[in-house]
Amino acid sequence: MADKRFLDAIHDALHEELARDDRTVVLGEDVGRKGGVFGVTEGLYEKFGEDRVLDTPLAESMIVGVSIGMAVNGLIPVPEIQFADFIHPAFDQILSEAARLRYRSNNDFGCPIAIRVPYGGGVHGALYHSQSVEAFYAHIPGLKVVVPYTPADAKGLLKAAIRDPDPVLYFEHKKMYRLVRGDVPDGDHVVPIGPAVVRRSGRDLSIFAYGLMVHESLGAAEALSREGIEAEVVDVRTLRPLDTRTLLDSVARTSRALIVHEDNRFGGFGAEIAATIAEEGFRHLDAPPTRLGGPEIPAVPFSAPFEDWFMLNAEKIAAAARRLVAY
Amino acid sequence: MPTEIKMPQLGESVHEGTLGKWLKRPGDAVAKYEPLVEVMTDKVNIEMPSPSAGVLKQILVEEGQTVSTGTAIALIEEPAGSAAKAATAPAAGQPAAAQGTQAPAPRAPGAAARPDSTDGQRGGSAAQVPVRARESAPRLSPLVRRLAEEQRISSEDLEAIEGTGTGGRVTKEDVLRYLEHRRAAPAGAAASAAPPVAGTVTTPAEKPAQAPGDQVQPLSALRRTIAERMARSKREIPHAYGVIEVDVTNLVRHREAHKAAWRAREGVNVSITAFVVRAATRALREFPALNATFTPEGILVRQAIHFGIGVAIPDGLIVVVIKDADRKSVVGLARELEALAGRARQRTLTLDDVSGGTFTLTNPGVFGSVFSMPIINYPQAAILATDAIVRRPAVLGEGIAIREIMHLGLAFDHRVFDGAVAMRFLTHIKQQLEGFAAAGDSPEF
Repeated sequence: MADKRFLDAIHDALHEELARDDRTVVLGEDVGRKGGVFGVTEGLYEKFGEDRVLDTPLAESMIVGVSIGMAVNGLIPVPEIQFADFIHPAFDQILSEAARLRYRSNNDFGCPIAIRVPYGGGVHGALYHSQSVEAFYAHIPGLKVVVPYTPADAKGLLKAAIRDPDPVLYFEHKKMYRLVRGDVPDGDHVVPIGPAVVRRSGRDLSIFAYGLMVHESLGAAEALSREGIEAEVVDVRTLRPLDTRTLLDSVARTSRALIVHEDNRFGGFGAEIAATIAEEGFRHLDAPPTRLGGPEIPAVPFSAPFEDWFMLNAEKIAAAARRLVAY
Repeated sequence: MPTEIKMPQLGESVHEGTLGKWLKRPGDAVAKYEPLVEVMTDKVNIEMPSPSAGVLKQILVEEGQTVSTGTAIALIEEPAGSAAKAATAPAAGQPAAAQGTQAPAPRAPGAAARPDSTDGQRGGSAAQVPVRARESAPRLSPLVRRLAEEQRISSEDLEAIEGTGTGGRVTKEDVLRYLEHRRAAPAGAAASAAPPVAGTVTTPAEKPAQAPGDQVQPLSALRRTIAERMARSKREIPHAYGVIEVDVTNLVRHREAHKAAWRAREGVNVSITAFVVRAATRALREFPALNATFTPEGILVRQAIHFGIGVAIPDGLIVVVIKDADRKSVVGLARELEALAGRARQRTLTLDDVSGGTFTLTNPGVFGSVFSMPIINYPQAAILATDAIVRRPAVLGEGIAIREIMHLGLAFDHRVFDGAVAMRFLTHIKQQLEGFAAAGDSPEF
């Protein structure tokens, strides 16, 4: 067990997988000689060489397209999209090719790619370096979508994603790279894709969150606890496939659901969780399932006070929780 | 803006209450659920807990006054920034609450105010739970409805639960609190449910004309309840009667010889009634149909024997209940009866003392009646009456002797059982009392 930063855990997973399986290849913009714009892939190029750690041109559709080609030819590519904001040119490759390859080939071909996508705001990244895009991908059958929070999960879920025979989108919140620390088990630590986890037990409401919002929700729960409101915080972790059992069990315990994500609220992934809870957990509800999300603004603002206003934090989550509990 | 404290509804058919002692004076601080004032119903006095915390500002109804349910009886000034509005505002439209600028949850009055107003300044509504003029919250959430169904809360009881949620919504916690309360005094609800649904005395079509000198005495709450109960019993239950004579000479003589010693030893007066109740509970075990209630779905035969005994009090009659009477000895019954009768006369009975009865005994004999036709204590199946023990000549063997003779009567619900069962029941008691064999100086038999 070692205390690691979020980005260290990701780095270690890449290092270990590259060492473990010769077929593994890391590719993306600036991942090689530069060691990644955030330092996540630092040292990998030196250790494994330019055949295993590739600096790609600035063309996301090509990064994913080439990865798909590598995958059907027996390699295990781990492409990086430098910022989630840039992934859109690759959308067609992901949806039209990667996601349906197994289905379309009647199981002859899989597409074992794990796409690492730094996302999220709060780092003064402004309009083109702060976006959340998980909702677009969680919608697509044939894909898996994971959003780790703890460093242990960062490592374990990345390993699981790399070893998964089908395409996985792995969203890592860039603000957490150095902000979030935690214990990471030694050895080959793999966390299965799928199960959500209760980070904090409570009885008055369930807060469902992922990524940085788990961090903020735990902070909100602390504040609420001092006021006599005990919030249960559930780290969703895997958006697709969604662990509805854990979510519904939590609602059965608390009878109130607050879903929190940084992404714009309308049409965000929270709507899926809320609808599932309303449909399948109806008899347990003492209040409507409620979503807290980003505002109706097309991009994360550049101006610092505007960015603060856009971003959710523990205080806003706690306020929403209080309103829900008072329903 | 002070909050009104209203006279609560104390039972299903209880529409008014009389205030007893005010436990707080204007100016006193009152915590939430702290007893505020005594309220007297027809049966028992209860302490009413304050629904709000704050300072008692004004008493609107004085001690001794009777007011109907819902009347404002006091004003409480709640602390600033608290959620008074959430608890007392009418259901219609809570746009202010949805804004998030008003202090929200009753749970966290002070602390909530600050972050909310900050959010408001930031124009945070767009980032928060959407600000829409929320319609009145539906009173019963899916969870509340499910709990009500599973726990068999009648829709009337459910409606009566005070809601502490937004707009008076009944929350999960409100239901759980109600269930806890119900568990603590389960029979209370049943007792309150007994009186007629209409809740009014059936009045004659025309009021009788008043002649000079005539006086209308208003019905006390107790009188009103007795009137309702008696009318309903007679209206719904087809009464039939049976009476037998019981020669209680042996019992009477035994008691006369030893009652002083019993009093000295046990500290209680062991009355003839205690002996009759002892015999009756045994008979009820033999004839369970008498410990029952008629329902359209079938005869509801009660497992426990909770024996009610009529006690006369200044302005009426009240039935006190000895729970699990069949498990008590003669002395035990005497002791409990004395305690209950004492509480009845002092008006300190609890709800538990007067509810849950499955069978009743009335004792008009104490006033001299030698033959009575009592009215069944609705919704039980029968009522036993003991009349006066009369010393008179009776046939004994082939001769005549002076014996102590008591009439033992039964009024019963003819839907539940018939005369044969009624008479066998009475005869069972008669045989126990007549066959009374003194075991030394013990009162037990």
